[in-house]
Amino acid sequence: MIERGHHDMGGLPAGPVEYTEHDYAEWERRVDALSVLMGRRGVTVDQRRRNIEALPPEDYDRMSYYERWIVALTQSLIQRGTITTAELAGKMVEIEKRGGQV
Amino acid sequence: MAARFSVGEKVRVMKAYPLGHVRTPYYIRGCVGEIERLCGSFPNPEELAQMRDGLPALPLYRVRFRQMDVWPDYRGKGSDVLEVEIYQHWLEKA
Repeated sequence: MIERGHHDMGGLPAGPVEYTEHDYAEWERRVDALSVLMGRRGVTVDQRRRNIEALPPEDYDRMSYYERWIVALTQSLIQRGTITTAELAGKMVEIEKRGGQV
Repeated sequence: MAARFSVGEKVRVMKAYPLGHVRTPYYIRGCVGEIERLCGSFPNPEELAQMRDGLPALPLYRVRFRQMDVWPDYRGKGSDVLEVEIYQHWLEKA
């Protein structure tokens, strides 16, 4: 069994806390807005957490806060049948073709 | 669901490691504390995480622990406390 999830870090040594202020990037504001809107349509914070906690440990550590959020929200859309994996794949290829980042 | 514990009562957090999404931190499982307050009743987050309705709503308590009871090497004051909000199904009478 899994005794302690990778995300469940409370009490583990973590070094000093760095207090830095930073502004949010535009895409981060959009992800936040998306999560509020999806919350109104029944995508709970618990669903988001479940998907974040399912990330492989190396991805969890590598990704930024809002990167983890967008991955979790997208997984929710697939789990709920709002979009299909194929639709997402098609869109990502399309965006890459026009020179965007996916 | 009716609240089983009252303020001041000693409770032990279940020492269990289930799969799924849980809101009870790893470090507090197995610890003994006392009920500080009843926060109200809320849909079960473990069920909400799996896209079910989480009903009936479960009582949620704020439980107060002595820091020295939580961390074996705690060097702060003996009166220092830590409060964690824990759902009723994770608690048993201590």
